Amino acid sequence: MSLPVDAMAALQAFQAVGGWEQRARMLMQWGERLPALADDEKVDANLVQGCESLVWLVGHLQDGHWQFAASSEARMIRGLVALLLARVNGVSADELQAVDLPGWFAQLGLSRQLSPSRTNGLNAVLQRMRELSHTHN
Amino acid sequence: MLVPSPWRADFPAIATLQRQDQTYLDSAATAQKPQALLDAISHYYANGAANVHRAQHLPGAHATQAFEDSRSKVAQWLNAGDSGQVVFTHGATSALNLLAYGLEHLFNAGDEIAISALEHHANLLPWQQLAKRCALTLVVLPLDDDGVIDLQAAASLIGPRTRLLAVSQLSNVLGTWQPLEALLTLAQANGALTVVDGAQGIVHGRHDVQALGCDFYVFSSHKLYGPDGVGVLFGRNAALHHLRHWQFGGEMVQQADYQGASFRPAPLGFEAGTPPIAGVIGLGATLDYLSSLDQHAVTTHEAALHDYLLRGLKARNGVRVLGSPQAALVSFVVDGVHNADLAHLLTEQGIAVRAGHHCAMPLLKAMHLSGAIRVSLALYNDSDDLERFFEALDQALDMLR
Repeated sequence: MSLPVDAMAALQAFQAVGGWEQRARMLMQWGERLPALADDEKVDANLVQGCESLVWLVGHLQDGHWQFAASSEARMIRGLVALLLARVNGVSADELQAVDLPGWFAQLGLSRQLSPSRTNGLNAVLQRMRELSHTHN
Repeated sequence: MLVPSPWRADFPAIATLQRQDQTYLDSAATAQKPQALLDAISHYYANGAANVHRAQHLPGAHATQAFEDSRSKVAQWLNAGDSGQVVFTHGATSALNLLAYGLEHLFNAGDEIAISALEHHANLLPWQQLAKRCALTLVVLPLDDDGVIDLQAAASLIGPRTRLLAVSQLSNVLGTWQPLEALLTLAQANGALTVVDGAQGIVHGRHDVQALGCDFYVFSSHKLYGPDGVGVLFGRNAALHHLRHWQFGGEMVQQADYQGASFRPAPLGFEAGTPPIAGVIGLGATLDYLSSLDQHAVTTHEAALHDYLLRGLKARNGVRVLGSPQAALVSFVVDGVHNADLAHLLTEQGIAVRAGHHCAMPLLKAMHLSGAIRVSLALYNDSDDLERFFEALDQALDMLR
């Protein structure tokens, strides 16, 4: 399974990172690139429970391929979500089931963001994505 | 260094954390432990563990002796004298739940329970759920701008329908001492039982439950530099008579039949099952250690450190301190910066502080905040810890603004 183009770019960028500061700045940049979510999508039904900040996630299948969109009021989690979407957007329903998402963040050097004590919400976002993808199976 | 801590080396974890580039400023969540506690627990397990209050053998006698010695040490720490009993629970939360269930029979539909707007969930939810079970009214005493319970409002809200008052001694979010004397007087004048949540208060200064005059005083060991899994419920003798048995089993029983049983009075009657023996013994050792310190020096040190923290925060642009903290901790937000982002960048820099709602969701909601950062202090912290925090904060704010 080949990586989506955006994911390739993310991997290259994050694997070249020197320290925490550069990583944090890059996370913010990726967050800023995340397309804005329409207001009618920022509703409670799309809110991911279990995040310190408000995070909305929507996803639908288009011709058998997933398209997710998301938004958050906090910049770091927005960056993390952008990196998540870079990995999963455009993949087929079958492929999504097979994607190792924790492995993806580990490749980016961001696995600490998924530790059980973290309440930033990335775990909750991943959980929500799994739920969304299962309901469309 | 401006404010060094002479007790820092007594806490081995602090040096270990420092080697991992971690600055621990989250002691209001749980405190690091003194070597004296590690030694006591290790000694207990290395020299023969045994159950308490039920074995005639020598190890059982030793364990029971050490366990009961800890009970006396807690009573001394609180200056309880003969005024009441010390019951060991599994934490402050379980002590408060014991009260909410054990006192349930005293309430009739329409009765009122008064708490304050700043209560930790542990001193909110047990009463809220009791109110739901028995159709009671939960009255929430409002705060003034400093984050102190508004006494004028309290005077009009605490009345003849109030059957119980349950309030914190020191706020875990705002760092404010609450006017217990006036509140307890109000409650007692109306014939209400009084419960003080001392989870934060017990850690800062010595408190005398006889002088305080409350019916029940609750705290947890792990915030007071002791082991986790141990809580303390002090109850005044007269008030303990109202408390019904809640959890059943183990040595809390006097006589048991298939169809009925009778139970022991406090304290053992409320310690169902095997208690956290090593933890209770460890708490005793921690209290021995704390008793050996110059209390005045500790109080002065903590005040100097708190002042240093508060000044440093207030000197920074856009930093908004919650309430008017007096001790132990400061919570704050920064205008235009999400607390989750700030928490993320402080974590990256090895600063261990707490971010979020601090188990006081209704309080944060009332302040229209999604969360806040809390820096909390202990006697082992020094001004270098705070300098590292300030440096990290400045760096984080540079990046976020």
